Amino acid sequence: MTSKTVLHAKHIAAGAKMVDFYGWEMPINYGSQIEEHNAVRTQSGMFDVSHMTIVDVQGTDAKAFLRRLVTNDVAKLTVKGKALYAGMLNEQGGVIDDLIIYFFSDTDYRLVVNSATREKDLSWMEQQAAGFDLSIIERPEFGMIAVQGPEAKAQVAKLLTPTQLEAIADMKPFFGVQADDLFIATTGYTGEEGYEIIIPENATEDFWQKLLDLGVAPCGLGARDTLRLEAGMNLYGLDMDETISPLAANMAWTISWEPSDRDFIGRDVLAAQNAAGEQPKLVGLILTEKGVLRSHQVVVTEFGNGEITSGTFSPTLGHSVALARVPRNVNIGDVVEVEMRKKLVKVTVTKPSFVRNGKKVF
Amino acid sequence: MSNTPSELKYVATHEWVRVEGNGIVTIGITEHAQELLGDMVFVELPEVGDQIATGDDVAVAESVKAASDIYAPITGEVVEINEELEDAPELVNSDAFGDGWLFKMKVEDESELDALLDAEAYATSIED
Repeated sequence: MTSKTVLHAKHIAAGAKMVDFYGWEMPINYGSQIEEHNAVRTQSGMFDVSHMTIVDVQGTDAKAFLRRLVTNDVAKLTVKGKALYAGMLNEQGGVIDDLIIYFFSDTDYRLVVNSATREKDLSWMEQQAAGFDLSIIERPEFGMIAVQGPEAKAQVAKLLTPTQLEAIADMKPFFGVQADDLFIATTGYTGEEGYEIIIPENATEDFWQKLLDLGVAPCGLGARDTLRLEAGMNLYGLDMDETISPLAANMAWTISWEPSDRDFIGRDVLAAQNAAGEQPKLVGLILTEKGVLRSHQVVVTEFGNGEITSGTFSPTLGHSVALARVPRNVNIGDVVEVEMRKKLVKVTVTKPSFVRNGKKVF
Repeated sequence: MSNTPSELKYVATHEWVRVEGNGIVTIGITEHAQELLGDMVFVELPEVGDQIATGDDVAVAESVKAASDIYAPITGEVVEINEELEDAPELVNSDAFGDGWLFKMKVEDESELDALLDAEAYATSIED
């Protein structure tokens, strides 16, 4: 039994090739994944992300609960609408999921988590909420559209009312605001400017159609993956999972160690890992000759073997790039080898970020 | 269902063969194969002069999704490769049976052609 988003009929009408994505029937592409990718890098594209799970955490203890639940510290959030990226860990310090938390007040937060991990996320949150005075409320009554690209904000602006435009004027990156019936956030998963917009279900199709009429290109999960990978953003299940420490997944920056008495789940394990300095690390790999790096290929280094977590052909760069978990002693700039189709191929190690705002960044 | 031109011969591994006369054949991958693979990003071809035998993996079609081996449909010598694919691998997507051809061969034994599938047999094979 697969679920369908409120935009399902729109995808079919646009000739999308549909695939099963963790129980959701989603578009993989509408013809050419590379053309969709390029539309986002050079103009604007839109993604149906209605399958993502929205969870509101409300109540007297909401702040205390989230300070315990995730690696980053929601106490840093003081401006209404500000968002925070964080990891939700198990007691062993493995990543249950990565998520975005929007702050409205100390008693009112909105979380957006992965749909693939929805059930375990919700049950983990319910389990951890014991003893806290709060409500965890899933919000399935919304659609969600990500509009991304250098022209994305201007395109969306054409569909907003003066009141809504005022609400989002001068909004900095990683903020969200409720503007009439739309929740508009300056977040995304592409490395381009744009919005992620949460829309009441009954208005989602109309909003999608209006963006389509403006020439915003519908983009599928294929382009979403190549865009996020170029931007060096992790994909849960590939680049990290419950067996992987955030220290080994380029998520150390999401860990707020201060104040030292904040007892977030997994803290003791992470502190010990940090002191030992033995966790592998997530780096970027670049292959400039022919061929495409793929998940699970072995990375051979003088310090031992690593593994490619996500690899793809980068349409923006014209060659392959990958994220790989390698021994910590491997340095940026090193040349290491990847076992591809029974041959060892030389690749260069970079920081795990390749393209931002349409430009190469390594 | 994908388009399968009736004048071509096919292999169950999704290569097509066009008989050009004088023992020369052109080889490519089918519309169905390119649809399965998605956007092509690299095509690795054999070299002119290579002697290849039926079933050898002689080329690689690498798409955004996967790398896929291409097998020699017949025994013979490679006499020409489609150099356009070096800069425009997407021709395999846009015109699999035409401009997206891969290479040409001089066939060693033309009777081998009789063993290839016709369009109807290939179309049946991909329906499963």
